[in-house]
Amino acid sequence: MIFLWAFVIGGLFCVVGQIMFDVFKLSPAHTMSTLVVIGAVMDAVGWYDPLVKFAGAGASVPITSFGNSLVHGALTELQRDGWIGVITGIFDVTSAGISAAIIFSFLAALVVRPKG
Amino acid sequence: MSTKTKSGNGGKQKGLSLTKQDYKGIAKKHEPKTNVLGNCVKAFLVGGFICFLGQCIQQILMTSFGMTAKEASSPTVALLIIASIILTSLGIYDKISQWAGAGSAVPVTGFANSMCSSALESQAEGLVLGVGANMFRLAGSVIVFGVVAAFIVGMIHVIFGLGGVH
Repeated sequence: MIFLWAFVIGGLFCVVGQIMFDVFKLSPAHTMSTLVVIGAVMDAVGWYDPLVKFAGAGASVPITSFGNSLVHGALTELQRDGWIGVITGIFDVTSAGISAAIIFSFLAALVVRPKG
Repeated sequence: MSTKTKSGNGGKQKGLSLTKQDYKGIAKKHEPKTNVLGNCVKAFLVGGFICFLGQCIQQILMTSFGMTAKEASSPTVALLIIASIILTSLGIYDKISQWAGAGSAVPVTGFANSMCSSALESQAEGLVLGVGANMFRLAGSVIVFGVVAAFIVGMIHVIFGLGGVH
């Protein structure tokens, strides 16, 4: 069942993005930034975790989950280490995604031959 | 009313002069019509499929490596990113995103695609000034706004003494 909900919820996030593209004429960068902030706010009010439990990758794969995990890292370390945790914890959870993207993009730039 | 027409031959010129609003109206008529509903269906199908793939990867990690759902989500994202970067390098991802629009941009694979394609585009400028400096050209705004939002949420928790509990 979670496979179906992953498809539906993940698809709906993309529809929201497409509406921002087509109806509000936002650039991709504006759309992505807005979605990340939406994810952060959803986590702040406690809606994102139930959504991840319900839809699995449907909630953890769209870019909104990036905002969610940034807030998550900050709040977890805040709980453990006090106020400094807000700064030290922000990238705690997202490290895997960002590091992988940097490392493999760099490797691709080394290996792939430039076009034209 | 156009202010550019000279008073002498105002009558003749009036038909030709365009105000800004006229121009906007004409430009809008000739704009290619965006099929919002069709684009949304495409975005839904492709975006849903990418998330479905993510769920499959997560399930495989959970059953064969005994991870919990939470432990498996970071490797899942990393694997999707690697797949996206391979597809971007082969030029396949850009073809998908031409068809899928937001369907391939909103999932984390689109984030990786924007970084990888920026890196590949600027290969000619060298590794430091090109690849290194331009990799975050598009993805940077996502990180900046995400971090600022997370910081504000954290500060709200500090100020109101919520202690970081959800």
